[in-house]
Formats: sequence, C-alpha cells, structure tokens
Amino acid sequence: MTTPRHSTILDTAFFTAWITRAAEAVEADRARLSDLDAAIGDGDHGTNLDRGFAGVLRVLDSTDARTPANVLALTGTTLISKVGGASGPLYGSAFRRAANILGEAEQVDLPGLAAALEAALAAVRKLGAARDGDKTMVDALAPAVAALGAAAADGAALLDALDAMVDAANAGAEATIPMQASKGRASYLGPRSIGHLDPGAASTVLILTALRDTAAAAARSGPDVEKEPDGDDGD
Amino acid sequence: MKKLINAPDDVVSDALEGLAAAHPSLAVDMDSRVVTRAGGPRPGKVGLVSGGGSGHEPLHAGFVGYGMLDAACPGEVFTSPVPDQMLAAARAVDGGAGVLQIVKNYTGDVLNFQMAGELAGEEGIEVRSVLVNDDVAVEDSLYTAGRRGTGATVFVEKIAGALAEQGADLAALVTVAEQVNARTRSFGIALSPATTPASGRPGFTLAEDEIEIGVGIHGEPGRRRGPIGTAAQLAETALDAIHQDLPLDGEVLVMVNGMGGTPLIELYIVFREVRRLLAARGVAVARNLVGNYVTSLEMQGFSLTVCKLTEQFTELWDAPVQTPALRWGR
Repeated sequence: MTTPRHSTILDTAFFTAWITRAAEAVEADRARLSDLDAAIGDGDHGTNLDRGFAGVLRVLDSTDARTPANVLALTGTTLISKVGGASGPLYGSAFRRAANILGEAEQVDLPGLAAALEAALAAVRKLGAARDGDKTMVDALAPAVAALGAAAADGAALLDALDAMVDAANAGAEATIPMQASKGRASYLGPRSIGHLDPGAASTVLILTALRDTAAAAARSGPDVEKEPDGDDGD
Repeated sequence: MKKLINAPDDVVSDALEGLAAAHPSLAVDMDSRVVTRAGGPRPGKVGLVSGGGSGHEPLHAGFVGYGMLDAACPGEVFTSPVPDQMLAAARAVDGGAGVLQIVKNYTGDVLNFQMAGELAGEEGIEVRSVLVNDDVAVEDSLYTAGRRGTGATVFVEKIAGALAEQGADLAALVTVAEQVNARTRSFGIALSPATTPASGRPGFTLAEDEIEIGVGIHGEPGRRRGPIGTAAQLAETALDAIHQDLPLDGEVLVMVNGMGGTPLIELYIVFREVRRLLAARGVAVARNLVGNYVTSLEMQGFSLTVCKLTEQFTELWDAPVQTPALRWGR
C-alpha cells in the first residue's frame, strides 16, 4: 500500500471549495453547455445549471455548513429547487444521496469519497432510468466512479485517484459523441442525435474536474484550503 | 432575435406579473411561482394542479379557474418547473380531498412532479398523478423517452376539472383523466421553428418549402421532414397518423391548435379539412376548439388533437368553465 503524498484533508471547507469551484466552472462554461444542448435539446442546459449553482453559492454563503454531508445536501436541495428540467432532480438527487452516505463525518477519506460518488451514480441511475450507452450524464459519471473506486481499492494517492476519475469522465463524455440518445428530449432526434457530445456528460466532467482541481490546489497550498479561493486563480 | 421582452432572464416573471394584472380571478404568488384561483381552495374539492415549461401559453395558467385547474406551475421557458413550485401549489389548493397532478410526459416534468408528490405526501397531502402522452408522432417509445404530452392536456384539464367541480373524489378523477388520455391522440406539423429567449436562436432550421411532420411542442423532431402541401394534404397527414394509432368512430372532440405563429384564418381552413375528412370516415365532430391553446412560442404550424367522446366526456366538456383562456356556460 502506498502512502498518500499529501495529507489533504477532505473536510467541510474542502467540500465547500469544491462546490464553489464547480459553480465557477459551470458559469464560465454556461454558453458552451447551452450550445451543446442546442444541438440535441433545447439549448438551455448551461443557463439552467448556472442558475442552480448560483443559488447554491448564495445558500452556502448564508449557511453555516458543519459537515461535508451538510455541504452536499445543501447543494443537492438547492439544485432541485432552482434548476428545473431533468438535470435539476438528477444532479440534486446525486448530491443528496452522496450526502446521505457521508453521514455525520467531519472528514472524508478517499474510500469514503468513492462510496459517496458511487451512491450519487446509483441515485442518477434510479431516477433517470438511464443505462450505459443511452447518451446521458451516466456515460461520464459511471466510468468516473468506477475509476475512482478502483483507485481507492488499490490504495492510490488521492490526487492520482482523482486524476484517474477525471480521465475516465472525459473519455466517457467523448464516447457519447457517436451514441444515439434514447433518454430525455434528445431521444426524439433518433439517429440525428449521433455526432454530438451529450451536454449532461459535459457538465458532469466539469463538476468532477472541479473536485480534482480543488484537491490539487489544496495539496499545493497545504491543508488550509479556505485560503484557496483567494489564491492565484483570479476572477 | 426580435422579441417583446425586457431581458431573457425576466421573461417568466414579467409575464406572470402581467397575467396577474390582466386577470383578477387569478392569484399569482411571485415568490413561489404558482398561479391559483383567487378564491383559494374549496373544502372537500380535489385540487387540480398542472404545470410545465413556459412558452406554451395559455397552457397552463390560462386554464386556472372554475371548472378546470386550481393551480398552475410555470417553469422557465421550455423547462420543467421545480418541485418547490408544485409543493407550494399542492399546499395552496388542497381542500382536504387531495391533489391531482396532471403531468405531460417529458422527463423533466415527470421527475419534478414525482419529487413534489413525495414531498407533499410526507406533509400528509394525498397526491395522485396522471401522465398525459398523446403524441402519436413518437412511434418507438422503446428508444425514446416515450410519447410526449401535448393537446390532450387541455381535454384532461377540462374534463377532470368539471368532474372535480361536481365533488368527485381523487380516485374517480384519476380514472376519468386516464380515460381521456387513453381516448385522445395528437399530431403536430411545424412550418417554422421557435426561438427561446435564453438561446436566442431557432430550435431547428427548415428550408423555405420544408416542414417538420410530427413536431413536438418544444420543436422536437417528428417523423420526417417533407415539402409543404396544401392545408387539405397536411390535415390528412395528421389525421391519418392519429387514425392509424386509434381508429376513430362515432363522435369526437377536435382541437385544431395553432402553435403561436399561425393566423387563425389558416387554422379555420385546417379545421374545415379535418371535419370533411372525418365526415368521409363517418366520424362526427361533436365539439371543437380552434385557436391557440398549446403554443410553442412563435412556432408556425398546427397540431391536431382528437378525442373519442363518451356521453360522460361530452357532458363534462359542456359543463361551465371560467378561466382566462376557456369560458362558457357560466
């Protein structure tokens, strides 16, 4: 078993930093997500998700979250309340189910994080009834969760495990391009949905990449991740 | 994009304020984004709640009032509303006899209403849902999200609404709503696309002489694209698709629905053809609606909805209704 290179602590501040970074990523890529959606849906995935995450930031800002589970539960509840469409309930339930798994823990280790994301995937699968290959967010999330779980089981270092997770998410999202959609509004395009990246898979990559980047930034700046948002990122 | 809006983000809230100002019979909760009857719930009456993305006006808020809905939950344009809205609606209209949710079959609407139903149930409000899926353009529901809900929604809201007004219980309303859905089919044809304020671009593009045959109410693709024909030909295409799925006989209720961008004069021409074609099959149009009832922003085209009437349906259809978009007999 390898010893982790960094002692990054996955605590409440870390999870808050992750969600904040995810919100910033969604805002920055709002137009791209909507463009992807315009090709096979109705062109509002970026707008809707950005409205949701902006609401999440307001809630996190005004609430004293005590545990990682608190952060994820607030995130999920707010996304359900603000996003609408299918992505609101799907992302919202994913975060809430992940929160349930984390319970009252004040810190989360890599296996715990992997278990939480496993639960998030299960929530999405159950609610959306999407199978692998349906050209949905599941096609990015499922391989990412599998890669993270495998890395955690192998005793990998946190950053290596998260790198593997993001690589798998990216590969999974890319793999949606040649797929024909059979869930959601894109399904009505039939063969015409082929050749386009699924917007839900794309936003899943953004959120998971934010998780990896938050851990990387925390490792660079030491355990005090609360300083990170004011660090070298700029606005 | 040329639209009569102030800002894309404000479209729904600005329109709701206008709706409230125009119709004192409605109460519009701007915070919860719920439209209810101004009078509040009637004790012992089942509350009828519907909702969906905005951009289909007068659906659903225009059908709130005596004899139809008790509440409507408008989402963002072409985006399902959120569970909080439906929960607020259920609380607002529950008169102790439970709440019927009328849900069009789109993934977002289904998921959000499902969550709202669970939340309301936890609060002790009995909630049942009816799924409307009347669009025959979707042939293969195995590889899609299933048949879409469209014009039948108006019939379900009117007929179940009338029965609710008579004091029917929740189970009876579920039954009649499901029967209306089961006996109703729709088919839409678009001549031009719609542009959502958020995207600023048309949802699809058609050549000058091209139409989308079997279009959905958000501009989802239909069965095929083809050249424009005469009103008689297009009416026949729509009616054939419906008749092949649900053989028509006896008396029917017909709606020729504009999609927001179609002149009424053209809808009357389509209705003329539909009535003639049905008569040739020995089917009588006993009741009709011709106009804009389930729109898709400024889309040009029409959808045809046909319901095989029963005595009960006809009686409930004729029952008094007083809403911004439908009113008679009262």
